[in-house]
Amino acid sequence: MESFKLALRNALRHRLRTGLTVLGLVVAILAFGLLQTVIDAWYAGAEGASNTRLITRNSISLVFTLPITYRDKIRRVPGVTGVSMANWFGGVYITEKNFFPQFAVDPKTYFELYPEFLVPPEQMKEFLRDRKGAIVGRKLAREYGFKVGDVVPLRGTIYPGTWSFVVRGIYDGAEKSTDTSQLFFHWDYLNESAKRTMPKRGDSTGVYVVRIASPDQAAEVAQAIDREFRNSLAETLTETEKAFQLGFVAMTEALVVAIRIVSFLVIFIILAVMANTMAMTARERTSEYATLKALGFGPGFLGRLIFGESLVIAAVGGAVGIALTFPVANAFAAKMGTLFPVFNVSPETIWMQVAAAIVVGCAAAIVPAVRAGRVRIAEGLRAIG
Amino acid sequence: MRPVVEIRNLAKSYRRGDQVVQVLRDITMDIPAGDFVALMGPSGSGKSTLLNLIAGIDTPDSGELRVDGTDIGDLGEADLAAWRAANVGFIFQFYNLMPVLTALENVELPLLLTGLSRSERREHAEAALGMVGLGDRLEHYPSELSGGQQQRVAIARAIITDPTLLVADEPTGDLDRASAEDVLNLMDRLNDELGKTIIMVTHDPHSAERAHHVKHLEKGVLAD
Amino acid sequence: MKIPLSYIVRNLWTRKLTTSLTAGGMALVVFVFATVLMLEEGLRATLVQTGLWDNAVVIRRSSGTEVQSVIDRKQAAVIASAPEVAYGADGEPMVSKEVVVLINLDKRGSTKPSNVVIRGVGPKGLALRPQVKLVEGRMFRPGSSEIVAGRAIAQRFTGAGLNETLRFGGREWTVVGLFDAGGSGFDSEIWGDADQMMQAFRRNAYSVAVVELASADRFPAFRERLEDDPRLTVEAKRETVFYAEQSELLANFIRILGLTLSVIFSFGAIIGAMITMYAAVSNRTAEIGTLRALGFPRGSILTAFLLESLFLSLLGGVIGLLLASLMRFVSVSTMNWQSFAEIAFRFSLTPQIVMQSLAFAAIMGLLGGVLPAARAARLKIVDALRAA
Repeated sequence: MESFKLALRNALRHRLRTGLTVLGLVVAILAFGLLQTVIDAWYAGAEGASNTRLITRNSISLVFTLPITYRDKIRRVPGVTGVSMANWFGGVYITEKNFFPQFAVDPKTYFELYPEFLVPPEQMKEFLRDRKGAIVGRKLAREYGFKVGDVVPLRGTIYPGTWSFVVRGIYDGAEKSTDTSQLFFHWDYLNESAKRTMPKRGDSTGVYVVRIASPDQAAEVAQAIDREFRNSLAETLTETEKAFQLGFVAMTEALVVAIRIVSFLVIFIILAVMANTMAMTARERTSEYATLKALGFGPGFLGRLIFGESLVIAAVGGAVGIALTFPVANAFAAKMGTLFPVFNVSPETIWMQVAAAIVVGCAAAIVPAVRAGRVRIAEGLRAIG
Repeated sequence: MRPVVEIRNLAKSYRRGDQVVQVLRDITMDIPAGDFVALMGPSGSGKSTLLNLIAGIDTPDSGELRVDGTDIGDLGEADLAAWRAANVGFIFQFYNLMPVLTALENVELPLLLTGLSRSERREHAEAALGMVGLGDRLEHYPSELSGGQQQRVAIARAIITDPTLLVADEPTGDLDRASAEDVLNLMDRLNDELGKTIIMVTHDPHSAERAHHVKHLEKGVLAD
Repeated sequence: MKIPLSYIVRNLWTRKLTTSLTAGGMALVVFVFATVLMLEEGLRATLVQTGLWDNAVVIRRSSGTEVQSVIDRKQAAVIASAPEVAYGADGEPMVSKEVVVLINLDKRGSTKPSNVVIRGVGPKGLALRPQVKLVEGRMFRPGSSEIVAGRAIAQRFTGAGLNETLRFGGREWTVVGLFDAGGSGFDSEIWGDADQMMQAFRRNAYSVAVVELASADRFPAFRERLEDDPRLTVEAKRETVFYAEQSELLANFIRILGLTLSVIFSFGAIIGAMITMYAAVSNRTAEIGTLRALGFPRGSILTAFLLESLFLSLLGGVIGLLLASLMRFVSVSTMNWQSFAEIAFRFSLTPQIVMQSLAFAAIMGLLGGVLPAARAARLKIVDALRAA
């Protein structure tokens, strides 16, 4: 591995240039990793979806509700082992910037269907007892300093007025990918008020959450539910929870595609920088390559020298960039608050970063290696760097 | 007549790592106007350093150095730069032409520091190149010229501001015999016909023969 | 600066590979920068055009969007009777009481649905929006199951084209006309008869009331009247302001994410420029020494190398801008988070964006070149000459 030793020493010859190139790689690999993590976060809802849950909504759009009389009918569809209801509340906590999901749910059944929301039993008891109670997620509690017993005021947009809820419990997520930035309160409380002020919105729910016995029954049960309500006043559309979440992502697909493209652009940018470094370095060493050739070393050896140096630089830059991705991602997530409830650097992202570093290291070395291989000894010896 | 170069007790040292090397110890000499002087000596004798000091591209540690009456050891950097532009013509061993400028543009370079108009500059540069026998190579780049031709372009550049001194550091060091002859002949003419004072550092005894006087340096002092 | 510009430019030309790679990196960064600004500008332009300064949109207080707002018939009548409202040639107030909902439609050639705005308009709905012009077919007949679609929707969604039918609210609706809304948000909507929509969606209240004011300066009085009236729980906004606010979240997101990315990417480009310029200084050390010997001051050496870096980055900047300007042929369609509805918009290149992009490129060039140029200027003449 003589060529590797030489390659390593060569990389250290021009410390400033090598250092700058490594720095550039660190920035690029870091940015790439961060962007991929942002894309993952976009899909987080779908990732956290359970394959034994279906979501039933009004087939026109989420803007329209479903009557609560549907609940028992859905419960009786074969394959269904549990049903709950949820209404998107869409309230504002102090200012529009503090966005987080709020749902009015049927408290007993909802948490049964979401076993990944872990609530201490005493807190759940208090919540069930208090009509105005709310359960908030750990991330939300941390972000806004909610403690059990605090009052959370929300300004209603769909359901007008100022609503106050008392935090009765804080739930933790069973997995890293569980969204703990949500707030749940009693559907009964919402309905009471709705029936008085907006009778048309009374006795209705936004979606039904349906648990099925086994994942393979998903398509069958979904169709059965929708068949039940075809040609009624409110036709339904039932899909797996994953499909439902992916539907949201699909609506902002253009942005996701754009971010993906931009993340690859940064790799091209650093490739240009790295290729430039290797090209300049190789050109300055023309007489050295000629000397090596005169001594009997072939183009293969020269190629290994150049590739070796390029890959050493790429490896160092890539490694530091990957290492920094974690703390930077954490800082970014903290800054973004509850906008990205789940923000984790996935193993796939790391593999992609490794691959990117290797590709850049190899691609940058190709042209210089070919040129070095083609150097004619006599000419090369005459060249001044 | 006052000598054009007056040197009294000149000393210069360099720092190499944590060592101090005394390159010139106590140089005292005069160079009369119109003289053609060769500085010779073994490697490390200080001849190039002495040339650099006279040319104003380095400053002495102690002693007096007057060129044409001006104490250049006392000048600040900006003044020294302006002084060089007006008073010194340089001829280097490796020609030191700008590879991306044509022969004409290279020769014209020193005139950019004066107030001459573009057409005036061109006129002077063409004349200088004519004088060194390269009037037909104005638009050539250095890579398109032979070593001897490049050195002649350098000489044209050196004389274009009509400087007080011409300093040459191994002017024939990179040239073959024939080109070296051409260059030395040219320098002779500049000295005889135009009365230019020339100070030349050289290893080559053949070049030294052309000089009127030869000064030998050894370990930082004049050996004569 | 006395060193000739031809010296600087030709040095860039001599090292073509290095110049192109460095400028190429810069170009990509400027491309991202310019494109983000163009996207944000395009979004704003679309939504600002969506509206007239002398129209006002009235929604229920605090409801945020038209879809979430409810205005019952009684309140709508009060609003229409305000004296600040203009009157049409037929003696009727220029008011359109509208029902606004979102429906899921499938995109053509895919199973991915999106939310599209259905707007049930009153008889004066079209007149209140002179920027909306029927370009194919005809307007729907009031009292029928006919609808007209914005061109962006007709192109993108199955069943929304001329003479095609959509099924919602328990009925089949036929598209009898297409309209062009001049690139504004209305291009992404489907319009029908308000009363028909109310029936189909089983509502008995409107979503919004849109009015034309007798003159634009009557708005403050109009708003105050509505806010003071105890019978009303509404808020009024100028139509242009209303739609501009609808895009704020999305526009801000695009701008912050885009600019953050540009700044991060710019580090890469600046590092690239630094590497190139350090190499240039190192390779031309003898030339620098010669120029200094000839009498050129330190300052001119500094300036020469700074200019070289600047030309390099501006070259990249121009290329990046040219690439970005190609994006004007691309149209973007995405869900607006605030309104929850699909909106189509384009990339818009303005002279201001051109200036900002070139300035960004110049700053990158200067930052990349300053340290190497300083090194060049600080060289001692004898050391530089010895390097030959």
